[in-house]
This record gives sequence, structure tokens and C-alpha cells, in this order.
Amino acid sequence: MWMYALRRLILTIPILLGVTIICFALVQIAPGDPITSLVRPDTPPEQIAMLRAYYGLDQPVVVQYFMWLWRVLQGNFGTSIANNAPVAAEVMRAFANTIVIALISVVLAFIVSLILGTIAALRQGGIVDRLVTALAVFGISVPTFWLAVVLVIFFAVNLNWLPATGMGSGGSDTFNYFDWNDFKFAVMPIIALALPPLAIMTRTTRASISEILNQDFIQTLRAKGLSEFAIITHAIRNIMPSAVAMLGLQLGYLIGGSVLVETVFTWPGTGALLNKAILTRDIPLLQGTILVLAGAFVLINLVVDLAQSLVDPRIKRT
Amino acid sequence: MTDIPAGSFPTDKTQAAPATKVRGYWGSVWNRLRYDYVTLFCLGLITVIVLLAVFAPWLSPMDPERSSMANRLRPIGHAKFTLGTDEQGRDMLSRLLWGGRVSLLMGIVPVIFATLIGGTFGIIAGYYGGKVNMVIMRTMDVFFAFPSVLLAVAIAGSLGGGIGNQMITLTVVLIPPICRVAETATAQVRSLDFVDAARASGASTYSILTNHVLINVLSPVLVYSSTLVSISIILASGLSFLGLGVSPPTADWGLMLSTLRQSIYVQPLVAALPGLCILVTSIAFNLVSDGLRQAMDVKA
Repeated sequence: MWMYALRRLILTIPILLGVTIICFALVQIAPGDPITSLVRPDTPPEQIAMLRAYYGLDQPVVVQYFMWLWRVLQGNFGTSIANNAPVAAEVMRAFANTIVIALISVVLAFIVSLILGTIAALRQGGIVDRLVTALAVFGISVPTFWLAVVLVIFFAVNLNWLPATGMGSGGSDTFNYFDWNDFKFAVMPIIALALPPLAIMTRTTRASISEILNQDFIQTLRAKGLSEFAIITHAIRNIMPSAVAMLGLQLGYLIGGSVLVETVFTWPGTGALLNKAILTRDIPLLQGTILVLAGAFVLINLVVDLAQSLVDPRIKRT
Repeated sequence: MTDIPAGSFPTDKTQAAPATKVRGYWGSVWNRLRYDYVTLFCLGLITVIVLLAVFAPWLSPMDPERSSMANRLRPIGHAKFTLGTDEQGRDMLSRLLWGGRVSLLMGIVPVIFATLIGGTFGIIAGYYGGKVNMVIMRTMDVFFAFPSVLLAVAIAGSLGGGIGNQMITLTVVLIPPICRVAETATAQVRSLDFVDAARASGASTYSILTNHVLINVLSPVLVYSSTLVSISIILASGLSFLGLGVSPPTADWGLMLSTLRQSIYVQPLVAALPGLCILVTSIAFNLVSDGLRQAMDVKA
């Protein structure tokens, strides 16, 4: 177990380095002189010359990369062009808002998908099964931002049940997830985020449960006279490792993919930050946000793999 | 039980042999596809969507970019504007028809490019193995460290908007998954006996790759690529939605959805139309690629 964990940990390092290279390259592929994408347009020339030396833009690209990487490792992600504030603090504040709704969405999707997927696998060809199939196609085909707009039209405009956008009057500092007056702002973003992973996870659950149910040990359990419910618990326990892996993967996708949903709901997370960075062409902010999100995705995958090897001892042998 | 008794075969030589047609690979694929009505229906739907987009200049009743302040946000079913008008008084029907051109282009062209590039890298990595494989596949792994939407937003955000940049972005995003599928398929084929036989009989690497490997790798790669069309369409519309696609007067489903978002309180149904087009197109492509995968019997 520990050897596996160690090996998996070491394998993560080159991936993380690769991620930093891509994030570093984002400034390089931006059109024009890199310095123009890094500082405000009204910066005086002498200061530009100073910053050019600070960023090492007169040095070869490889040296620039290591200078940049050194600053990133110290927690310095550069300065936002739009408001001259340090990027790191801004990203971290937004990241907290994103990770909470992403976590709620993915756990919600996980629970519902286990229930729906199991029922569909037990009653193949039944109503639930057909619904699940339709939901799966819909879930992977629907543009989430459109789903978000439709939710707003339905629940905010027509029914007037939920607020359309934002995070309430208090903003993110006083936001309390356990108070309905605050939480109602998070309901629609959570639903919009949860649907695609729900569709994918339900389909996977259905497939793996029906595969398990065809195995010999299930027949043995039946022959032993176990109740149908007990048999299902056995089946669910068997798919848990892969289901947990799926959960982690989907959480990662949600964190990265929430940019569109957050834009529709003006939810002040990393997605909204990315949208702001794109609109104002704030490359340092874009770079910092992408770096944090991609880093989080890599770490989530690491945690999932480790958790999976804990749940399923067979893994460490491979 | 499953053994067929030998005597049941028509061994009587005097009887004329039944005219059995030996089906080729594509023949049997078509035979399976013929009874798959969902896939056929979706293929028909895609044909209609493509035709509508191709003939948009002749089909659209009005100029999609001519705005009229007097006719802003007309409802669906209006006498002059069948599907209503948008926030600048432009005819929705015409804009949806024209917008389909951009979306289909963005669904298909990046997938073709990515298949060519990713497929080539994947075959090279899978065939040569060793160090070549390591360099190519570990590079691809780094791209897998990004969720696809995030990678697309990152690249397009840096490059800036515009249709060309959008195509480059989507191609880059789609290369790694295709490369991985091609690599796996090639590595499987490489170890088969007929490749060894070809090598032993003196075939050049190039001829082994084109005559033996490519033909076997092609169908899993193509089937996989077809599943990416709908992903590409959704990603492209998402980028346009963020303002990273075509520039404003041009009609594009993602961009239309974004600009109509402010009008949901006035004309919710009109505002939902562009997204509905994306949804229908993407479902159709998804179901067709599902059907193709089943018909071609590819496990992916």
C-alpha cells in the first residue's frame, strides 16, 4: 500500500511540472509582446523596462520559465491587470466558492445516480431504465450554460421561486450554506452543475451493476437464500471502487468546467473570475486561475487513486 | 447443444448452391445499421441540419445581420418573423439558419484536424513503442491533467477571440484523447502475428503501417472521433458564449444564447431557441456515434 502511494505520488510530480509549463506558455501564445499582456497599458515606460527585467523577459524562455516557477512556488501568481491586486488572493477566495458548490453537486449526483442506476439495472427495460437512458443522452449532449438559462427562465422568471443570479446581498463573505435565505442562491447553480455528472454516473452505475448481477457469486448468494436487498448491497459494494473513482473525476471536471454555469448565475467563483479575465484580457489572472484549477484537478485525481487503493486492495497489485 | 449436427447441412450436390452474397466489413456494418431506427432517424436529422446550414443563404427569409430597432424581441409566431426577433430586431429564423453553419463547422473541422494529427502521433507512439512512445504519451498525459473545458478556455482566452483561434483551440483540446485511442489500438495490432509476418517477409515500416496497421486502427479511431463531434460543438458554443468565438454581428448559436440572456424576462422562449438548436444537433451526433459504435462493433 505505501509503496503504491509513494509511486503514485512520484508520478504526479512530472504531471504537475507539465501543467506549469502549459500555464506558463499561455502568456507566450497570447498575441503581441508578452509584457503588454502582463502589465496595465498605462504603465510608464521606465516601469515597463523595470518589470521586463523583473519578469526576465530579456532572458531565454527557459530561464523565464524557471523564474516564473520559482515565484509561483512562493505563492506569487503575479498581479492582476484589472485592479492591480495580487492574483493568488483573488483566486483563492473564488476557489472556495467554486469547490463548495462543485462538491455539493457531485455528491448529490453520486447519490442519485447510485439509486437510479441500481433500479435501472434491476428492472432493465422498465420505465426507470428508459428514463435513465434518455437522461444519459440528454446529460452528455446538453450545453450546461443553456440548461442554466432554462433553469433561470423556469424557476426565476416564471415561477419566481429562486433568485436568478448572484450570491445574495451579503456576498461571499457572509454567505451561510445552512441558511435558506443564502442557500437559495446556490440551488440553481448546483442543479445545473449536477446534471451532466448525474447522467454519466447513472449510466456507468447501471452498466456495472448489471455486469455484477450476472456474476456467479450473486447466484451463490441467491442460492444461500439471501434477500434481494442483501444481494443488491453486495453488488453496490462491489462497484464502489469504480464509483468513487468516477466521483473524483467528475468533481475535477466540475471545478474546471463550471466557468459557463458560473457566468450565467454570476456566482463569484473561479469560473466568473475566468470570464472576467477573458473579457478584460487580464492574462495574469487567467494564468493564475487556470494554474490553480488544473493543479486542483491533478491533486483530486491523486487523492482518488489513493482512496481507491484503500477501498479496493486488488489495485495495489497491478 | 450448440453443435450443429453435420447431417443438417445440405450436402446434396445436385441442389444448386443458394446465391449467398459474401458481405464485406462495410456491408455487414450497413446491415446492422439498417435496422437501427434511432440511428437512422438521427442520421436523417443531421442531413437535414447540414442541408439547412448549407442552403442558409437561400432559405433564410431575411438578412441575419440587419437589425431593426422597431421590431425588437418579437415573440415566436409573429406574422413577419416566424421565430421572433432578437434583442436588436434581427430575424431569429435567419440567424438560427446562419448560426448552424458556424456550429457545424466548429463541430466537424477541428475533429478532422485532431484526428489527422492525434491519429498520426498515436500510431507512431503505438508502433515504435519505447522512448518515442514515452515522449509522445507523457506529453499527452499533461494535457489530460486539464478538464477539456478548462483547457479550451485557457488556450482560447490567451489567443483571443475569432473563428481561427477557436478552431486551433478545439483541435489542440481534441488531439490528446484521439492520440490515446490510436496508440492503444496500434499497440494491440503491432503484436499480432500478421505484422510480424509482414516484417519477416521484408515489408518496409512504411508499408506495414499503411497496409496493415492503419486499416485496423482506422475503425476504432474513426468511431471515437465521431463521438467527439458533439463535444466539439458544445465546447465551441461555450467558447462563443464567453465571447471567444465569432465577432458579434455574425450569427452563432453560442453567441446568440449569450446576447439573448438579458432578454429572458421579455421573451424567454426566443432566448431558449439557440440552445435548443445546440442540444438537438449534439444529441443527434451523439446517438449516431453510439449507433456507429454498435454497428462497427468497436469497444471504446
